[in-house]
Amino acid sequence: MPSRSKAWFAVSVLASTAASLSGADDLRSPESFSSTGNQAERSRAIFIEAGRVFQHPRCLNCHPATERPTQGEDLHPHSPLVVRGLDDRGAAALRCTTCHGVANFAASGVPGHPLWHMAPREMTWQGKSLAQICEQIKDLRHNGARTLAQIHEHVAHDSLVGWAWRPGGSRKPAPGTQEEFGALIAAWIESGAACPVDQ
Amino acid sequence: MTISLKVNGETREFSGDPDTPLLWVIRDDLGLTGTKYGCGIAQCGACTVHVDGVPLRSCSAPVAAMPGRAITTIEGLSSRVAKAVQKAWIELDVAQCGYCQSGQIMSAVALLEKKPKLSDRDIDLAMAGNICRCATYQRIRAAIHLASKRLAAGDLS
Repeated sequence: MPSRSKAWFAVSVLASTAASLSGADDLRSPESFSSTGNQAERSRAIFIEAGRVFQHPRCLNCHPATERPTQGEDLHPHSPLVVRGLDDRGAAALRCTTCHGVANFAASGVPGHPLWHMAPREMTWQGKSLAQICEQIKDLRHNGARTLAQIHEHVAHDSLVGWAWRPGGSRKPAPGTQEEFGALIAAWIESGAACPVDQ
Repeated sequence: MTISLKVNGETREFSGDPDTPLLWVIRDDLGLTGTKYGCGIAQCGACTVHVDGVPLRSCSAPVAAMPGRAITTIEGLSSRVAKAVQKAWIELDVAQCGYCQSGQIMSAVALLEKKPKLSDRDIDLAMAGNICRCATYQRIRAAIHLASKRLAAGDLS
């Protein structure tokens, strides 16, 4: 087995162990990876754990592969038909804010946030592997020209990102907490921001 | 709790649960029944009003979010664009059962205010959230084009 494959195998095994050690709704702490392989392997394993958030429906629904957002746990097309428009906030006269208010609204079941909008098209995550998402997150052309420190600041403190843990209604929140997610990303960066590799 | 609202240019007051959907305040408390209840979950568009000039599904907005904002219902539409839309709607006999039409008109007026010159796609994307059980979509699209043409020509006689 080539050494890169061995490393990937090791990371995969460790990642599956990670999933079995943490509940479906929890995130592992960065410290729990302290005995994981070498630094690069540890970094990849941490990102794989953080990937449970990146690839969660609460995040993927607004990082679609098309002009249309998706919704629900199964990423079905948004109803009614809406598009990102010129500013990722909808078409003329059918803006995100036509239905989405500044907060989740229990009476209609419609989620809300003051900054509700889709991720820019260059930040497409749906249909991509975690390895591709990881590379994209580090790529200035695909991450809003953010440094890694700014990426951390964004995922750890942005309030729209934080909505993923407070989705309201019957929507399932992203695993863990935003603070725990932020700690994982900080540890990933600290350990060299290594990305998983597609097999 | 008393909430002060500006509806169709008039100051109105509502006393009750601040989480009450704006739709029910408009219909039940203010008696403006032109705005319709269709689904209650922002799927049909029948409850569309304008808030600060842009469309809003009134079933999906708490009345508590409305103080300081200008609410316009179908009864309060009076702009040049609104008159052009009304004229086109009548001329092309758009409505069938009519239930969804106040919501359709609110969206159509907002679209033309924003985009006086438009394509079929502009119309389809803006109107996709207003559904019509009589399937008057072709006439709605034609009426929006007609209103656009009249507005551009200044022909509102």
